[in-house]
Amino acid sequence: MEHLISLFVRSIFVDNMIFAFFLGMCSYLAVSKTVKTALGLGVAVTFVLLITVPVDYLLQQYVLGPDCLVEGVDLSFLSFILFIAVIAAIVQLVEMIVERFSPSLYAALGIFLPLIAVNCAIMGASLFMQQRVTMPDTNSQAITSVWDAVAYALGSGIGWLLAITCLAAIREKMAYTDVPRPLQGLGITFITVGLMAMAFMCFSGLNL
Amino acid sequence: MALFSKANMEALTGPLNLNNPVVVQVLGICSALAVTAQLEPAIVMGLSVTIITAFSNLIISLLRNTIPNRIRIIVQLVVVAALVTIVSQVLKAFAYDVSVQLSVYVGLIITNCILMGRLEAFAMMNGPWASFLDGIGNGIGYAIILVIVGFVRELLGAGTLLGIQIVPEWCYEHGYVNNGMMTMPAMSLIIVGCVVWAHRAYNKELQ
Repeated sequence: MEHLISLFVRSIFVDNMIFAFFLGMCSYLAVSKTVKTALGLGVAVTFVLLITVPVDYLLQQYVLGPDCLVEGVDLSFLSFILFIAVIAAIVQLVEMIVERFSPSLYAALGIFLPLIAVNCAIMGASLFMQQRVTMPDTNSQAITSVWDAVAYALGSGIGWLLAITCLAAIREKMAYTDVPRPLQGLGITFITVGLMAMAFMCFSGLNL
Repeated sequence: MALFSKANMEALTGPLNLNNPVVVQVLGICSALAVTAQLEPAIVMGLSVTIITAFSNLIISLLRNTIPNRIRIIVQLVVVAALVTIVSQVLKAFAYDVSVQLSVYVGLIITNCILMGRLEAFAMMNGPWASFLDGIGNGIGYAIILVIVGFVRELLGAGTLLGIQIVPEWCYEHGYVNNGMMTMPAMSLIIVGCVVWAHRAYNKELQ
């Protein structure tokens, strides 16, 4: 239980997807203009993460790992293709659900909903999970059961949600400020995210 | 159509400056930020992305008339994933140290938006040769930004370039100190922000 909580909290603050690994930056920068759509995308990403990472964990443990299917065969070089197929299938599912239950969110997210499939945060979380599976039990970052994978996925998703909502709130306020012309838009957004990342660096001393 | 007609040259050179994938189209930011703490991984990453963009553009462009529209994203992803797997295995075999430094970011080339963006926007509509040039142009445009950011971060953060000491010893003796901030993730965002700033200040039409 302690391990689960530590994994969860660490993946929100210390190993934050945006500020520590820059994953999912494209949609992060593009969809963070208003808090409402940012929140919607954040929830969608969290949901996709929450399903894909445990599924990929099971695949890694029972199909891809050494000696899983056939004695003496390590299939882990196939992991890229298999993981991306799982992600694409689940994104398709989420797209259909959102279209059915929230057409306004569907319209607001536009092209970025199918693009969750190529959102690096999802693929990145699966690949980090693959790295952490091989860590020894005692390591606080190790993922050794499907519950660990769930906690890690939920934490990463909430960390991403937190980051995009904060940035959207800042950008809403920033619309009224006088930024030099060449720096407007993309430039100042990068620098804002940089400053936010510096603020998040103070969590790196967090020990659980 | 001539091999190097005007339209083809435009596909090759446009992404280097006015249509740069990173600072103008805002694609492929994740890896651009994460692998640039030193120059060497930045160069290797830039090269890998160039090769993969060029060949995935070529393959998709050859297949473009046979791919059913509804499942095109899956087809594109599978082609890209296969190419990335090859590059990742080659890196592991011939440049193991760099592939350890790049860690998951090699695998993340699959989800690099530049690839999907170019496949959707260019390769699905253009011939194989033009698509190949477009892929090379975009890959190099991406690599340039990586090299600039990697150059600044390694020079100021460690005083070295490609692992060779650049800042001379007497500077340190007179109290020069490496800027440790530069090796932190946060600074790469700020440097890319400054690159965008300079690029837009120079190219007024982008503002």
